[in-house]
Amino acid sequence: MNAATILHYFFITTAAVATVALVFARSVFYGALYLMIILLSLAGLYVLSFAEFLAVTQILVYAGGVLVLIIFAIMLTSNLNGKPLLVDHSNRLSGGLLGLTLLSILVYLIAGQINWNNAYGSEAFALPVFGRLLMTRYVLPFELIGIVLLIALIGAAVVASSSTKRPKP
Amino acid sequence: MTPDYDLLFLGALLFSAGLSIVIIKRNMIFVLMGIELLLNSSVLNLVAFNRIHNDVPDGQIFGLFVIVIAVCEAAVGLAIVIQVYRYYQSSVPDQINELKE
Repeated sequence: MNAATILHYFFITTAAVATVALVFARSVFYGALYLMIILLSLAGLYVLSFAEFLAVTQILVYAGGVLVLIIFAIMLTSNLNGKPLLVDHSNRLSGGLLGLTLLSILVYLIAGQINWNNAYGSEAFALPVFGRLLMTRYVLPFELIGIVLLIALIGAAVVASSSTKRPKP
Repeated sequence: MTPDYDLLFLGALLFSAGLSIVIIKRNMIFVLMGIELLLNSSVLNLVAFNRIHNDVPDGQIFGLFVIVIAVCEAAVGLAIVIQVYRYYQSSVPDQINELKE
């Protein structure tokens, strides 16, 4: 039981507990904080799985960008009357049953059907290999995804800043 | 039990919880958080499988693309949520039932 294994199980436990807490959360702001805990734990797991670039991207993009956007949206869509924004639950039975059924099916398939005994190596990916692939074999998807991101952000800014009329009472 | 199993189980838990959140919650921002959970579980699965088949980091590169698409989805989705809230003064998805007045 070395330090990497301990950290591995620590991050997995943190992410699982925060996920369950997010399902039962009533306040949107607490939900955003649980989501941040999940995303940071996943970044830790990526580091332990030799995906350092993905971990840094996860922290920069999710914990730095998406969470800030979500918290902005929470503040813009609450009535700000001093009370926390509480969320009702609907379709509890069907949603819970669907989630539990899907979880059982996935766990059954993962645990029982697949043989993992071959082809497991602990050899780390070198970060230069990742960067070289990104700039040679995957350079076209990389540039295209940059253009897609630019277009989406411009579109989001245009949609969020255009004014709409109030509905008739 | 190798560490890969645990990542796959965590991915299964994240996916199921995300789906349940999308169905259960009566707030559009929570629904977007559930979609983020779904996308993150797919990235986690890509990383876990790339750890098993580790001759080329294809899974990690695809995971990077998934993250960028998730960011696009979050930005556009939250912009639409803000506009819908301005129009309807409500962020409950069941109450938004018309596209024009």
